[in-house]
Amino acid sequence: MHTPSRQTLEGWGRYPRVDSDVLRAESRRDLVSAVTSNGEHPVLARGLGRAYGDAALLDGGLTLLMERLDRILDFDPETGWLKCESGFSLDDLVRIFLPRGWFPPVVPGTRFVTVGGALASDVHGKNHHISGSWASHVRNVELLKSTGEIVFCDAERNPDLFWATAGGQGLTGIILSMEVRLQRVESGAISMETTRFRDLEEFLDVSAAHVDWPYSVSWIDGLARGKSLGRGSFMAGRHAPAGSKGKAGLLSKLPRALVSGRFLESNLLLNGLSARMFNAVYYRKQFSKRSRSTVSVYPFFFPLDAVDRWNRMYGKRGFFQYQFVVPPDPQHLALKQLLTAISESGTLPFLGVIKEFGTESHPGLSFPRPGVTVALDFANTGQNTLELFTRLDDMVADAGGRVYLSKDARLGVDAFRRMYPEWEEWKRVRDEADPLNMFQSELGRRLGLVGEMPA
Amino acid sequence: MNVLILGATSRIAQSIAAEHAKDGDSVLLAARDREEVKTIASDIQVRHSTRVLVGDFEATDVDSHPGFITDAVEALGSIDTAYVVFGAMGDQEGSQQDFSAARTVLDVNFTGAVSISEALATYMEERGEGAIVGISSVAGDRGRQSNYFYGAAKGGYSLYLQGLRGRLARSGVHVMTAKLGFIDTPMTYGMKTKIPIASPEATAKALKNAATKGKNTLYYPWFWRFVMYLIKAIPERMFKKMKI
Ligand SMILES: Cc1cc2nc3c(=O)[nH]c(=O)nc-3n(C[C@H](O)[C@H](O)[C@H](O)COP(=O)(O)OP(=O)(O)OC[C@H]3O[C@@H](n4cnc5c(N)ncnc54)[C@H](O)[C@@H]3O)c2cc1C
Ligand SMILES: NC(=O)c1ccc[n+]([C@@H]2O[C@H](COP(=O)([O-])OP(=O)(O)OC[C@H]3O[C@@H](n4cnc5c(N)ncnc54)[C@H](OP(=O)(O)O)[C@@H]3O)[C@@H](O)[C@H]2O)c1
Repeated sequence: MHTPSRQTLEGWGRYPRVDSDVLRAESRRDLVSAVTSNGEHPVLARGLGRAYGDAALLDGGLTLLMERLDRILDFDPETGWLKCESGFSLDDLVRIFLPRGWFPPVVPGTRFVTVGGALASDVHGKNHHISGSWASHVRNVELLKSTGEIVFCDAERNPDLFWATAGGQGLTGIILSMEVRLQRVESGAISMETTRFRDLEEFLDVSAAHVDWPYSVSWIDGLARGKSLGRGSFMAGRHAPAGSKGKAGLLSKLPRALVSGRFLESNLLLNGLSARMFNAVYYRKQFSKRSRSTVSVYPFFFPLDAVDRWNRMYGKRGFFQYQFVVPPDPQHLALKQLLTAISESGTLPFLGVIKEFGTESHPGLSFPRPGVTVALDFANTGQNTLELFTRLDDMVADAGGRVYLSKDARLGVDAFRRMYPEWEEWKRVRDEADPLNMFQSELGRRLGLVGEMPA
Repeated sequence: MNVLILGATSRIAQSIAAEHAKDGDSVLLAARDREEVKTIASDIQVRHSTRVLVGDFEATDVDSHPGFITDAVEALGSIDTAYVVFGAMGDQEGSQQDFSAARTVLDVNFTGAVSISEALATYMEERGEGAIVGISSVAGDRGRQSNYFYGAAKGGYSLYLQGLRGRLARSGVHVMTAKLGFIDTPMTYGMKTKIPIASPEATAKALKNAATKGKNTLYYPWFWRFVMYLIKAIPERMFKKMKI
């Protein structure tokens, strides 16, 4: 058994930071012995640390890094079923399988996530309205429980445990491996269409007009007020036919090491003026109402990945992403109320996206629900930022919506329980799966999802 | 080309196997953890679509080594290049307190490595071709109070490889000694040092390139040659007082 090392860990938003004993598992053996011989310490699996807040953080206890358990166990080129260990990353997946004509069924906005993390967050992508989220495309999930027992679960086998694990933020056990079904694609390019929209009404019209496009997402100007409230730019895409070549992103032409947020560690983005300029330039960047192009999958799905560690640009205090979904409402009252509250607050978001989710949703703590989701990045400017979020939480909960736990670092228990009424049933399944309360995280503790570990 | 990798569950070994598989070489992965080595084999197979075989191998079971080589040759067809990668750092303090712990370090890193290298030498010498890459360590260049059992075993293995190189040169068999510095594996994980730690992937590339070029001794990362040159230059009367 290797010895753990004491480290300070943070999520992608760099807030909060905690100290933990960290062990990088090199084999399945390491995981089993960490769980079985570590009875008296809490344990948490960690993928590539792309959750923004404290989902992958554990103060004290033992954090198990999964990144080396990244082996492919099997692939069936007839059906597209890929079996792999949970530390396998979507970066590797795309690099290895796209040239063979396969693509993940769902991708988040970064490819630097593990498949284990993708299931533990039940991630959604630009195709949610067509394909649902990650858990809809997996089977035979292999889970290591706190007893050391290994069980299989999916929508058919042990469904309760499966739906508690999908979106369960690592609190049911350690995901060892899974099968995920890749989709066939004809090329590594995306045909895309961009449409500018003036306000929320127009966003919903444009969105409705593009429902048959498999991918869609929009940038939204979180600073616009009044008549321009909810203005932005809608991007729809589909995998391009065989032989298509897509343009690579501008930044991807430079060596990755050069395009790094490390060198930009500054408080640049803390400043309201830079946020205003960025948003205004982005809105005007596109002159025509509508344009078409063919681009590579990389800039289309993972635009921010071109800048290594861009999270450093928010400085040492870090930043937050506030992502919520509110149920469909023809008058989008809640949406308007939320966007107004944000644009009128002194706390300005830097980057925002808006998307209409499809009707599919999963039990447990999985985030996606029918409606409109908005995600906005805010620099951590202290108390005022947190106060704004608390106000937004109320509006979201009142509207029957919820915030995304994988992006969250500060939601309170009461608001959480209003947003996720499923929590109690989820916790019952969790407690049954892990009676020792071995699996813990800062998020789990903050939201009352895990009990104390018996001494 | 047919490649044998001994101690295949180490991340360095996995990367060596992948480097060869990328070129279409067949690889036989030998290790003591059957389940783990099968996982590694399927990974390499899917990523690189080459022939990947697995075999059981225990370094300290020296009596099994000649037979293991015979079986490996039969399974692969031949052994063109063999990498002796397994090793165990042990625990210096534990080894001082209990000689059986020290003995395991010597048995794995020295006796086991020598034994399997001898079996390979016999096979390759007779065949008149092949290459043996022995993974040793910069720790074997000078005895240090903080890990002299491991250092002695690795140093002994380096000397053994040096002698073997001379013996096999006449039969067209190449022997390379790889003296590794800090590589990012459990042996160094969490170590607080200013010295850069190399990735197993980069290490594997360097090993394969050097072996292909017929290098005799490889220090990797390269600057360790100079670091060790300096460390060896420290007079013993000073060195013995240094806490390293
Ligand atoms: C730039 C960016 C864009 C993003 N875009 C999206 C998006 O579009 N849609 C979306 O849904 N999400 C998005 N995310 C969030 C991200 O996809 C999730 O947080 C994802 O879970 C991160 O995966 P990871 O491997 O880094 O896991 P980590 O961040 O390391 O961990 C996340 C959670 O998964 C658990 N976990 C990880 N591995 C295992 C395992 N093997 N077994 C059990 N539990 C495990 C951890 O305990 C933790 O609770 C984005 C994040 C970033 C940084
Ligand atoms: N990492 C460094 O900084 C560094 C520096 C200098 C030299 N090296 C050398 O590099 C080589 C690879 O080490 P590593 O860093 O990758 O460490 P590692 O992960 O600990 O690998 C050691 C390997 O040796 C195997 N092994 C140990 N005892 C064995 C036995 N009795 N029989 C068969 N196999 C046995 C292990 O198998 P199991 O998986 O079954 O335990 C494992 O595959 C070793 O020779 C090491 O001495 C490493």
